[in-house]
Amino acid sequence: MEIQSYFSSLDSLDGELATLNLGPTHPATHGIFQNVLKMNGERVVSAEPTIGYIHRAFEKLAEHRPYNQITPITDRLNYCSSPINNIGWHMTVEKLARIEVPKRAQYMRVILMELARIADHLICNSVIGVDTGALTGFTYMFQERERIYEMYEEICGTRLTTNIGRIGGMERDFTPAFHQKLRDFLKTFPERFEEFNSMLERNRIFMDRTIGAGPISAERALSYGFTGPNLRACGVDYDVRVMEPYSSYEDFDFIIPVGTQGDTYDRFMVRQEEVRQSLRIIRQAYENLPGGPYHADVPAYYLPEKPDVYTKMEALIYHFKIVMGEVPIPKGEVYHAVEGANGELGFYLISDGGRQPYRLHFRRPCFIYYQAYPEMIRGAMLSDAILTMSSLNVIAGELDA
Amino acid sequence: MKPELIVARIEQQSPGVLERHSTAYDGMLTLETAPQRAWELLKFLRDDEMLNFHFLTTLCGIHYPEAKGRELCVMYQLHNWPKNVRVRVKTYLPIEDPHIATVTNLWATADWMERETYDFFGVVFDGHPNLKRILNVEDLDVFPMRKEYRLEDGTRTDKDDRFFGRTGNEGRRFD
Repeated sequence: MEIQSYFSSLDSLDGELATLNLGPTHPATHGIFQNVLKMNGERVVSAEPTIGYIHRAFEKLAEHRPYNQITPITDRLNYCSSPINNIGWHMTVEKLARIEVPKRAQYMRVILMELARIADHLICNSVIGVDTGALTGFTYMFQERERIYEMYEEICGTRLTTNIGRIGGMERDFTPAFHQKLRDFLKTFPERFEEFNSMLERNRIFMDRTIGAGPISAERALSYGFTGPNLRACGVDYDVRVMEPYSSYEDFDFIIPVGTQGDTYDRFMVRQEEVRQSLRIIRQAYENLPGGPYHADVPAYYLPEKPDVYTKMEALIYHFKIVMGEVPIPKGEVYHAVEGANGELGFYLISDGGRQPYRLHFRRPCFIYYQAYPEMIRGAMLSDAILTMSSLNVIAGELDA
Repeated sequence: MKPELIVARIEQQSPGVLERHSTAYDGMLTLETAPQRAWELLKFLRDDEMLNFHFLTTLCGIHYPEAKGRELCVMYQLHNWPKNVRVRVKTYLPIEDPHIATVTNLWATADWMERETYDFFGVVFDGHPNLKRILNVEDLDVFPMRKEYRLEDGTRTDKDDRFFGRTGNEGRRFD
């Protein structure tokens, strides 16, 4: 009754509330999740999210896989920015096995992670554009994302589920084609991105639709465990890259953009600025890319060169042991967090010395902040609720694990 | 903020609440408490001005089938942002009757985290406003993350770990 009296009965159609199923397969939800909405006319009175439609038991699977085979599982968390997940996982294992990764590999990883962040933010922000009625920007930004995917292809051979890098470093060095593509990207992308930005940033229709839509206060956001751009839009400058720098992030000069209102417009603006900052980081990392090896000298963890496997006994032994999951794994507990595209992506790993983790828990930012959604859209128009969801950038893979 | 200082502060302000404490492999302080007092300890960690562990990073269950009477562990990981210190709080519950007070009244984010832990491990969080399954189907009658549930047919005889010189807990099957 308390919720029903939220609006005067004069506003409701015939004094009755309608129940509306938003999803699970509705194009506006950008993924498979359901919200059962209680509607008063066009306003949302309450929402009941149902999730788990693409739950694939990653934590259970991870207890039955050797460490190197868990990387492809992490691909499928936030599949808009798989390299961040992959590299976050590698760093967790490296923390457990106390492997020091050479500087070149760290910089290479930074470049890839920031490319992934750009790709992720491009999708999120251009989709906010789509949901406000501006489809054009999306089609152009998808071409830019395509170029990032082509760069992934040069590094790992795949595009979406990347399985990028290896425990101990990178699988291969940057290829000449990658260098060419990255230089090309750094040259032409900023202009196209600013063009996209100018379409929306001061666009009256866009501003009217997004300012004040789905706001959340910094205090509530913290209580709800928000991290990443969604938290920064509320004005809290928490960023794992700065708080606990990993992979040499301390070497780079960049700022953490923050918003003030925590609404859809601020989330959009924070992501836009983060794209520019990511470009800055990529430039710095690429210009100062150190020489040297692209992986640590850890034959027990890192696969030997294939020709060596056929000709050298030692390489053959290591190859066999790694493929069979027989790598030395210390006992212990580690937590490692990286700044995923949506916030703090944490890996809590308990090892009992076995070839597979005893327990692996993923701290998935999407899962954690999506529970604030009913509170954020209560009393809002349905169209704002759609917009709020797309600006939260809920990725079903990360949500359901 | 050194681990000794955190422990001393807790023992001074709420004596007896800590059962054990240790430093984990990754250097993070781990505090262990009885399930009946977990809520009290977490509230203290959150509200104490000096400690200020204001952010609940994550919460999860762990199953140790061999530990009689303390089979299920609930792990809370807190973070003090201004000082950048993390801490783990662990509490162990008997699997026959795994009850613990909810912390949804301390952090809103605990809502789904506790539902997930209930869903996969069967830990009952007393006082939770909506404790039901979240990722699995509602009519599932097992708690699938418990160790007795295997991924594939348990009668398979290939993939036997003994051939690789591993026994005991370390040698769990490699499905």
